[in-house]
Amino acid sequence: MPRRTIPDRAVEFLREWSVPRQMAGQDHRREAAESAMARHGRPRTEKADSVGTSICPYCAVGCAQLIYAKDRQPIAVEGDPSSPINQGTLCPKGAATMGLMTSPMRLDRVLHRAPHATEWREVSLDWAMDRIAHLTKQTRDESFVGDAPDGTRLNHTMAIGSLGGATLDNEENYLIKKLFTAGLGMVFVENQARV
Amino acid sequence: MPSLGTTFGRGAATMPQWDLARSDVVLVMGSNMAENHPIAFRFAMQAKLRGATLIHVDPRFTRTSAMCDIYAPIRAGTDIAFLGGIIHYLLENDLWFREWAVPYTNIATIIEDGFAGPEGDGTFSGWKEEETRYGTETWQYKGLTVPSPLAEAWMETGGDFAERVSHLRDGPPPRDETLQHPNCVYQIMRRHFARYTPEMVERITGCPRDLFLRICEAMARNSGRERTGAICYAVGWNHHSTGAQIIRAGAILMGLLGNVGRPGAGMLALRGHTSIQGSTDIATLYDLMPGYLPQPHALRPHGTLEEYLKVETAPTGWWSEFPKYAVSLLRAFYGGEASAANGWGYDWMPRIVGDHSMLPMTLAMDNGVMSGLFVMGQNPAVGGSNSKLVQRGLAKLEWMVVRDIAETDTATFWRDGHLIRDGEMRPEEIGTEVFLMPGSLSGEKAGSFTNTHRLVQWHDKVVDAPGDSTSELWFVDELGRRLRKLYAGSTRPEDQPIINLRWDYPRDEEDEPDAEAVLREINGHRCADGQLLSTFQDLKEDGSTACGTWIYTGVFPEAGKNLARARKADGPEGPGTHLGWGFAWPANRRTLNNRASADPDGRPWSERKKLIQWSEEKGEWSGPDVPDFPKDKRPDYQPNWEERPKGVAAHSGSEPFIMLADGRAGLFAPSGLKDGPLPEHYESVETPATNPLHPSMSSSPAAKRWDQQDNRLAPPGDPRYPHMLTTFRLTEHHSGGTPTRIVTTTAELQPEMFCEIPVELAGTLGIRMGDWVVLATERGEIETKAMVTSRLRPFRLPDGSECHQLALPWHFGWAGFATGDVANVLTSVVGDANTGMHENKSLACALRPGRLNRVQRPRREAR
Repeated sequence: MPRRTIPDRAVEFLREWSVPRQMAGQDHRREAAESAMARHGRPRTEKADSVGTSICPYCAVGCAQLIYAKDRQPIAVEGDPSSPINQGTLCPKGAATMGLMTSPMRLDRVLHRAPHATEWREVSLDWAMDRIAHLTKQTRDESFVGDAPDGTRLNHTMAIGSLGGATLDNEENYLIKKLFTAGLGMVFVENQARV
Repeated sequence: MPSLGTTFGRGAATMPQWDLARSDVVLVMGSNMAENHPIAFRFAMQAKLRGATLIHVDPRFTRTSAMCDIYAPIRAGTDIAFLGGIIHYLLENDLWFREWAVPYTNIATIIEDGFAGPEGDGTFSGWKEEETRYGTETWQYKGLTVPSPLAEAWMETGGDFAERVSHLRDGPPPRDETLQHPNCVYQIMRRHFARYTPEMVERITGCPRDLFLRICEAMARNSGRERTGAICYAVGWNHHSTGAQIIRAGAILMGLLGNVGRPGAGMLALRGHTSIQGSTDIATLYDLMPGYLPQPHALRPHGTLEEYLKVETAPTGWWSEFPKYAVSLLRAFYGGEASAANGWGYDWMPRIVGDHSMLPMTLAMDNGVMSGLFVMGQNPAVGGSNSKLVQRGLAKLEWMVVRDIAETDTATFWRDGHLIRDGEMRPEEIGTEVFLMPGSLSGEKAGSFTNTHRLVQWHDKVVDAPGDSTSELWFVDELGRRLRKLYAGSTRPEDQPIINLRWDYPRDEEDEPDAEAVLREINGHRCADGQLLSTFQDLKEDGSTACGTWIYTGVFPEAGKNLARARKADGPEGPGTHLGWGFAWPANRRTLNNRASADPDGRPWSERKKLIQWSEEKGEWSGPDVPDFPKDKRPDYQPNWEERPKGVAAHSGSEPFIMLADGRAGLFAPSGLKDGPLPEHYESVETPATNPLHPSMSSSPAAKRWDQQDNRLAPPGDPRYPHMLTTFRLTEHHSGGTPTRIVTTTAELQPEMFCEIPVELAGTLGIRMGDWVVLATERGEIETKAMVTSRLRPFRLPDGSECHQLALPWHFGWAGFATGDVANVLTSVVGDANTGMHENKSLACALRPGRLNRVQRPRREAR
């Protein structure tokens, strides 16, 4: 490629600069606004091999989102223009959803801190599930009260608590309530509704 | 929740967010809507463009204030005085919507002779000093006992409760539509609010009288046949020891102005978590079962299913259907093992014995009652009141499972928390076994959220969550499977509930439980053939139907038809109710109580404000929304009292509030509230001010207080804590902070904690912008940077002295990129009498320049 002279580059620059064209009377909302960058720019969602509908994970306004993915990894998250709630818009938190999904601080392994330990250690999901199930059963069995001394039925354990739910799916809340309350007899079951 | 429930029948926002665009006046109070719900605030702005008046009332001047036509500053915790003043103005100037409110509310209903307001000693009649609670006998409709429309209908009355409330079927409650009877609600309200004069409003709230009157005029001017208004509120109302009553005051105001059930009218509760409405409907709460059914209580007449149904079933109003919903829920929980003989599994259900909400839970951890804890997507070390007490509690647990998307402050309390930083303990001394498990986000799993206006919306699984991340659906299902294996074969009676739980959720090829299968269980089906149900009117009391949450019935009306996934919004020419987008409980109704959008004869109040109306040709209610009323009930229907009607048959065709026993909005709440049938201004539990209404009963006598070693409360007017403190949220951060403090963009926009300090106070204390300051309360001290600002202004206290208002964002902690001290170290475990909600919006504190002398500064680096 021949070396471009300074005048060549100046001409190219002026041709690419949209202001002179607009000053010359071209419509600033049409071709006059175009530049090489705009001409060659591609939509960031173009590489997606799938798109799915989602709901913003932050507040309860319930903005609809479109998640664009490639190889089952997110490449962009945008407001869903068809939603009557957000009509394609997102707030600073909602617009950060992509950053949330791909945050370098996302946890991807199960960590365990033994009593009195000063650091985490990595454990397998299966080991953790097994240990949690055993601890749950042990604590429940040690603390379960069938009847009060006066014979009133209690059927509960006060030794295990659960916090959370307001950031989770309805279906997840349902299973939490069903297993913890109806199954295990836990009474200390709460979420952020009072926070 | 109890406020809207006792007033309008359901504890949820009455209107969809987009309907704000049709309001003529929007009062934003207890909310910084422009910053915290920006997308919803667009609709208020659209209303403004169409000529509506926007009003913001708040201790802080925010971007919401900047966008509103009128901004009124009030001292934190004085909302009831302000709203009571507007009610006073409307009643005394006869500016309320009489044609609407007389037939549609209980304003003409006559109350028991023994009722007395708090004008004298600061308590309503029925106060039991030794038990620190109210008896509600004198709050009742004359000669009747009215069951609460909230989850728990039962209340202590002496005698047979079910028999007492059954008299509601004998005839209509006594009313005087001339409003002259001295004990009709109108006259009681006039007496009660007589003290809330503009002068008194100015003295208590610090809001200038003229400004206050401008707001009164704007509210009155924009209500009536042709015009409607809405209130948008958030936890700035809830988070007070009088929170439920603040919301009640707003609801009464809307009831007087006819601003419920109509286009552009209503109470919009703006909630902070994506499915906080869903987790209240399908309650992961100690006192509620899914669908607002009360958790059986050991100290109530709930011994057997028969007794439970007897006292919790309202004789009149929609709640008379209660047994169908309760039995169907038990059938969903216990499946085939439930039978009539064991009360459909009722006998296996745990009984609560008192308040088991988060504040008592904190104390249960601290005093060793609780030894194991699951924390799923919550961050109590940051979000829990009295954070140091929370952290001491966590340190006493034997084990804790934290499930979240990142290393949270709660998960690392043993390494980086205040116990370590303040030198109280070393990690080696903390015996808690901690599991930290990666969870997943919407988009990484399929499921539904219920938004702030009851709209259930599905999200797909589109991408994979990183590494070993799993959904809570998988975790709880897997834990259930493993526990059921461990308990298999046990014959011990206490193990029967877990063994007999119906727990057979199918998994897909990726080992993920089918979320739609769970939603179908929530929706309900016929037991015999599994046929899905399309309406809760098909639920049965005889055990032949199973339904996880009756108010959600219809979300999955037939196989393959998940209406939470429906995505057909109305076009620009459409009615704008968007019935084809998602599913709004109950029965896809978008505006609750919408029978009230028509006059008693069934005609629209005006062409401009029409929604639902009676069609004589079709013989039914019709319009662009689903009627929140029996579809074919004529407006001129009258109950035949000879037949002792039950359910909604005991309501006339012009009583729109179907969930309430008498079909009329409860301006006066005869039951359901623990701190008074009408809102009364009380100062917060900690305050530099004295209540001029009744100085000897300055704060709410019924508020829950746990004054103990680790949770000391400063007495009112304590000179050590001269400033008022409120907490707030930032646009760029979310609640406990985890999902934004770990995100680079939001962390960069709001990188660290600060304290808003008024210019005048900063000048007195020699504090400049960016200086380190220490805030202190009886619970603890924190250090942060000063943000000296004129967004806050000094207030005059009722005694004429000057008081400064400070404000702290509470999202911060030590985890993530954006860090800072924990505001909740300062707050206390003290609660609203009804909800147990804490009082983090109004407390007393001290402020000084400087830093704390700490063992360890919070870490900044990522793990």
